[in-house]
Formats: sequence, structure tokens, C-alpha cells
Amino acid sequence: MAEEIKVIVFTLAQEEYGIEVDKVRTIERMVPITRVPKTPVFVKGVINLRGIVIPVIDLRGRFGLVEAEQTENSRIIIVAANDLEVGFIVDSANDVMDVMSDAIENPPEVLGGIKAKYISGVAKIGESRLLILLNLVEVLSRSEIIQLEQFGE
Amino acid sequence: MEMNQYMSMFIDESNDHLQSLNENMLRLEQQPEDISIVQIIFRSAHTLKGMSATMGFEDLAALTHEMENVLDLVRNSKLSMNGNIFDTLFKCLDALEAMVQDIINGGAGKGDVVDLVERLKAIVKGDVEGKGATKGAKAPQAISASLVLDQYQLSILDQSLDSGHKAYYIEVKVREDCLLKAARAYMVFDVLERNGEVIKSFPSVQEIEQEQFDRGFSVYYISQAEESLLRDQISRVSEIESVVLTLVDRDSLAELGHSQDSSTPSEEAASEVAAAAEPAVAISPTAPSAATSAAPRTPAAAASSGNAAPRTIRVDIERLDSLMNLFSELLIDRVRLEQLASEVRRNDLTETVEHMARVSADLQNIVLKLRMVPVESVFNRFPRMVRDLAKSLDKKVDLVIVGAETELDRTVIDEIGDPLVHLIRNAVDHGIESIADRVKAGKSEVGTVHLRAYHSGNHVFIEIEEDGKGINRPKVLETAIKRGVLSAEEAKNLTDEETNMLIFAAGFSTADKVSDVSGRGVGLDVVKSKISSLGGHVTVHSNWGTGTRFSIQLPLTLSIIAAMLIKLGSEKYAFPLSSIVETGSVKRSDIRTLHGNRMIDYRNSIIPVVSLAVLVDSPDYSDEEENETEMLVIRKGDKLAAILVDEFIGQSEIVLKPLGKYMAGTVSVVSGATILGDGQVALIVDPNALIK
Repeated sequence: MAEEIKVIVFTLAQEEYGIEVDKVRTIERMVPITRVPKTPVFVKGVINLRGIVIPVIDLRGRFGLVEAEQTENSRIIIVAANDLEVGFIVDSANDVMDVMSDAIENPPEVLGGIKAKYISGVAKIGESRLLILLNLVEVLSRSEIIQLEQFGE
Repeated sequence: MEMNQYMSMFIDESNDHLQSLNENMLRLEQQPEDISIVQIIFRSAHTLKGMSATMGFEDLAALTHEMENVLDLVRNSKLSMNGNIFDTLFKCLDALEAMVQDIINGGAGKGDVVDLVERLKAIVKGDVEGKGATKGAKAPQAISASLVLDQYQLSILDQSLDSGHKAYYIEVKVREDCLLKAARAYMVFDVLERNGEVIKSFPSVQEIEQEQFDRGFSVYYISQAEESLLRDQISRVSEIESVVLTLVDRDSLAELGHSQDSSTPSEEAASEVAAAAEPAVAISPTAPSAATSAAPRTPAAAASSGNAAPRTIRVDIERLDSLMNLFSELLIDRVRLEQLASEVRRNDLTETVEHMARVSADLQNIVLKLRMVPVESVFNRFPRMVRDLAKSLDKKVDLVIVGAETELDRTVIDEIGDPLVHLIRNAVDHGIESIADRVKAGKSEVGTVHLRAYHSGNHVFIEIEEDGKGINRPKVLETAIKRGVLSAEEAKNLTDEETNMLIFAAGFSTADKVSDVSGRGVGLDVVKSKISSLGGHVTVHSNWGTGTRFSIQLPLTLSIIAAMLIKLGSEKYAFPLSSIVETGSVKRSDIRTLHGNRMIDYRNSIIPVVSLAVLVDSPDYSDEEENETEMLVIRKGDKLAAILVDEFIGQSEIVLKPLGKYMAGTVSVVSGATILGDGQVALIVDPNALIK
């Protein structure tokens, strides 16, 4: 039986991505970010989210894409998974969509330079739209940031 | 019944009752004649029993039940307290505590209480021969014809009434020509169990099942259902001749108790039930104010203060934290509003904003106070501890507690218990002399340990002072030299103060012999490191022959620290004030290079220079270009270092916030973050990471 999954849709370098709605806490406009020294470049720093300090990472940087200037449309999506709360900087976020689980296919091996392990699936919507569903656990994997950290030293 | 939801309530209340039992037993030991204290103890034990039975912790209930029997004889003057009874009861309290602890840890609250129960039974039997006293242990079996409730069941009924249930006494008769009496009875029970709970039935369920009853049976029953509904449903079972439902209220419940065999303790239980109906009486044994003056010396004051119980609720600490978070948000908006109002320049707006500012300032005060807890919650375990210690060491010791109402942040309270236990043991064991020595020294037989707490500025002080023999300075020095803590040469130049501090060195013990309570290798160094980890410190004053005083200075709270805010180009950082020795400035020409490391001359010693800008890779500031740089001298242990910064912003109280799990382990220079008045996040530098 096909189930309906609600996802938050956001864009990153002209492509559309989705995160399950229950993993998303809020979507915020850009706020001042405090830089934290000695962290990988894609960790932009920390923000004050209603009294709680939350780290923010640039999702483009995390995926090895070229980082872009922030615009009016830039958003911080606060996700919570794996006991972690982290903000993702994305180009824009403006949609909630229902995806049928049988419309989701396994990720192809190589996809726009983004490592396949960050992707849990690709959903086909209508005739021409493709939605890349993120594997949050891998995206948030801390072992990688620690590795990067050691590499930098 | 779903028990889990009541579990935390049960645990909290059991702890309260155990505490109250401990305190009052101590008071009673001081004045064994005061029957009013026995009454309080009895009520606490009784409530504890009722709760445990309700929750199904039978060992707990069984033990408290036997304790109650003993206490009952005492309060009716049929038995007078003696050392043996006190010891037994205290042992019981320990066992109860262990069982409750087991429950807290997720266990079933089982404990081996057979021994204690036997001892209690022996006490009851030994002093008043027979007199039916043992009957109270189990529900009387011999009584037929009518239903007699034992104390468990009475208290269950009582508690159900409290929680708004209805209690019924139901008599059911089956028709004479009924063929399957047991089956009919089963159907009635089935109806009953669907709507509530059968507390007690006569004959017993087994007997009914085996058809060992005549034509009728009766039950005590708790339900939320209406009388008529129950009657209807029961009557619908065929071959039932009559159903009589009687609503049981408090009065009839109390009567029920009284109508029982008058010499059994159950009677008292019933009057107890009646007493419990008056909230004032029921609450008084748990009144924390009674504990405030828990010092055995002032029992009269404690007894009279029982009625003025502060009304409190328990709140999850996480909720308080989120309240504080939301509140800091509000403060940020307030600052913004004030700014806007000053730009708009409209009188009524300015006034409203000013009013809001005042209200939120008051609110802030209250929110911060919510986390504050009286140290009493830590202190109140000490009277019992000192009693036991003194007994096992064969000394006479008075513990005088002052300032138990002094408030500290919850997080500090949770941490300070162990160090205090250690220091108080130390005071009783090492400080106070044996009775013979005290008499020889011309002191009174009874030693005194003072435990004081008081506020001073932004700190709370806790002092432990005894009038014992004091610290033997030559011996401390001798031991220190022997252990290689310092050289004989250095020892000569030590002040008294410095000598006293030596006892905090690791692995240091001047005890002549290992006693039961100390000398197990855990030294005062643990106490010291614990206290410093809380941001406090401890000092010792001692006079040979007249006593020692340990004084602990603690911050009011761990979540708010005093810090120095500094600027580094566009970025702001905070340094904990506690690690800063001095602020100043240094000229470029004064920085020397020693073996590739930058050093400066600071008060006749050479200390390393650390550039914060380099350390945090500052994007827009470098001290290379400056001729004169601001500096912070920080300390880690006895090491100093000069930290070069851009500009001082000033001293401020900041609220500590964790950086979040994602950052954990990756950032070494930064220990946390704080939110500044303008809503920006500033990082807190970990001074320990700056000094290698």
C-alpha cells in the first residue's frame, strides 16, 4: 500500500529537495550567525533560536556545492533528528508536498555531485519534477565533521 | 489500575515521609516523652503504608505496618521508647529508604524485611503480653458474618474517596433455587470489575469460586459509576434475588474502623483515617518548615512551626529552562521596543514601553528565583547522619543547623551534597575528640558541629565548624614532607593558612588509624575538586585545641556566571571572570621572544602571550598591527598567561548555553555560548584550553 509522506520542499542550486515534515522544527528567515572557530567551513556558526543556541550549516557547503550569496529567499530550516538540532541554510523553502511512497525510487549512483549516501530516494512528481529526499542521519553524521576537523589540523 | 502515572508522585511523597520520619525520630530521641512527636511519626508511617499498599509494594507496606504497631503502643503509653526500639526503628527507616531507592532505580521495591518484622513483632509482644496486639498484623480471620476491613483496605478506600471515587458496600443475594451460585457470583464480579475495583469481598473470592457460601455475599467496592447504574447492571444477572448498595462515606468509614475489635491497632488506623480527612492534620508531618529548625536543640520551635507549611508544586526543571529561554526572548524584544519608542517619540507609546520594562524586570527576578531551592533539602539528611556517626564512634555530638532556608540554584544543590557529607564526617570523626579526651581538655562531653549557610554578595557560604581538637600543624607538615608534597625547607615558610590547605592535597590523611567512617583513601582533595568544579572554593581555619572551621564559598547559580565581554574586530567573546587575574595593556615592544614563544614580563615572572585573534582565526582583527594591545591575564592552577584582545566591552552576568551536540568535541577553545542583550550569540572562551 502506498503511503503519503508530507515533505518540506526547498531548493539548493536549482534542484528541489525534500525533508519529511516531522523532522523539521521550524523554517526561519536569515538571522545573524555567530561564527564558531575551528569548525569545518560549511559550519557557519550558531544562531539564537528563541533562547536556544543552535548550530547552522550551509547545506551547499555540506554537499560540496559552490556556496552562494544569501538572498531574500534564503532560509534556515531547523531540523531535529538523531537527538541533534541543526539549522540548514538553503536557497529557498516555500512548499509542503504530499509524496506517495510508491513514487519514490532508490537514488541513482551519482547525482549532481552529491554523494549518494546523503540521499534516501528520489520522488517523481508529475511529469517533469524530481524531488531529492534527504537522508538526514547521514547528512548530520558527526563522524564526518570530526574527520574534517582532524584533516584541517 | 495504571500505576506508572502515580509512580513519580509516590516516590516524591515517600521521600518526604521518610525524611519526616527521620527528623521526627531524631527529635523523639531527644525527648522520648513527647507523645505528640510519636503521633506525627505514626501518621507518616501510616500514610507511607497506605501508599505502598496501593502501589503494590508489599514489603514496604508490611514493614511500615509493623512499625505502626510498635508506634501505636507507644502513643497509647503502653510501651515506652528505649534504645533498642530506637535502633530497630532507625534500621527500619534505612530498610524503607533502600526499598524506595530500589523503586526509584526501577526495581520492584523488594527488601528482606523478615528480620526487622520479627524484631518489631518481638517488641510488641515482649512488652505487652499478647493483648491482641499481634492480631493487627493480618486482617482478622475469625470474624465472620460481617465484613471487616484491615488497614490497607481502609486506607485504599480513604484515598479513593479523596480522589473523587465512590465507595460502596454491596450485598448481593442469589435466589434460593439458583443452580450455579458460583457462576452467578462470577457474573456479578464481572460486572463490578468492569466498572471499578473490588476492595474486599466476603466470603473470599476463592471461597465464592468453590461455592462455599450460602445465599449471599458482600463486597467493598470502589467505582466512579452511579449507584443506580450499578444496581441495574447487577440485577440484570439472572437468578439474583436482591442487591443492596450502600454508599460508604468518610464517617461510616471511620465508624467501620471503630466497630472493630477495640484493642487491635486497626482501630487506631480507622481514627487515623478520620484524622486524615482534616487536611491540616494530614499535612503537618510533611511540613518542610519543621525541618528548617531540625537542630535537635530547638525541637520546641520545630514542633510549633508545623502548621505554616509553604504551599508548593513540583515542576519539571526542563519547563523552567524553557520558561527562561522564552523570557530572554522577551527581553530582547523589550530592548528593541525601547529603541523604536525612542525613535517614534510618542508619549503614550513611551509610557507603555516603560511600564512593560518595569513589569518584565520584576518578571525576570521571579523567573530567576524559580530555580532557587533552600539548602535545607541537602541539610536535612545530616542530623540523622551525625547521630549514627556519633553512635558508631562512641562520641557525643550535637549538630546545630543555621540558615537552612538559604537558597541556591538547583544544579548547585544537587552537586553539593557529597562534599558536605564528607566534611561533616570529617568533623565528627577527626575533629571532635572522644568523650574522655574532651573531659581531659576541660570541655563539655558533648561536642558541637555547627552547619551554617548564608548569603553574602553574589555568593552563598556554607560553613562547617566544630569545637574539636583542631588541626595539628606540626603533624600536617610532617606528613606533607613525608609524602613529598613539599620540602622541609618550604615547610618552614608556610603560614598557618597554607598549612591548613595542605590537608586538601591528594592522598593526604593524618588519621592515626583507619576508622569505620574515614581513612578509606578518599581524601579531602575530592571535596576540593568538586567544589572548584562548581565554581566555588573552600578554606580552612583552625585553632589548635579549640576547633576547625571549613568555609565553602559557592556561586548562587551555575547557569549564570560573571564574565568579561571582549571584542575582537566585529566579534564578541566572553571570558569567565573567575579565571581572570587582571586586565591591562601591553606595549608591542614589551613582548619578547623566547625560543620562538612570545612572552612578557609580568610582576617579576615571565608568562606566555597568547593571541586570541590567532587562536580563533579572527576574520577582521589582528594584533600584529597594534602598538599597544589590551590584555587579560588568566590563571589555570598556578600557571598564568596573557591573552591579547582587541577591546574590553565590560563585565556582565551572562546565562550559559550549551553549543549543542552537533558541535560537541569539535570546538576546543570555546566552552559554550551566551545570548547578549541584542539577541546575538557570543561564544564563551574556555580559559583552560588557552594554557597548555
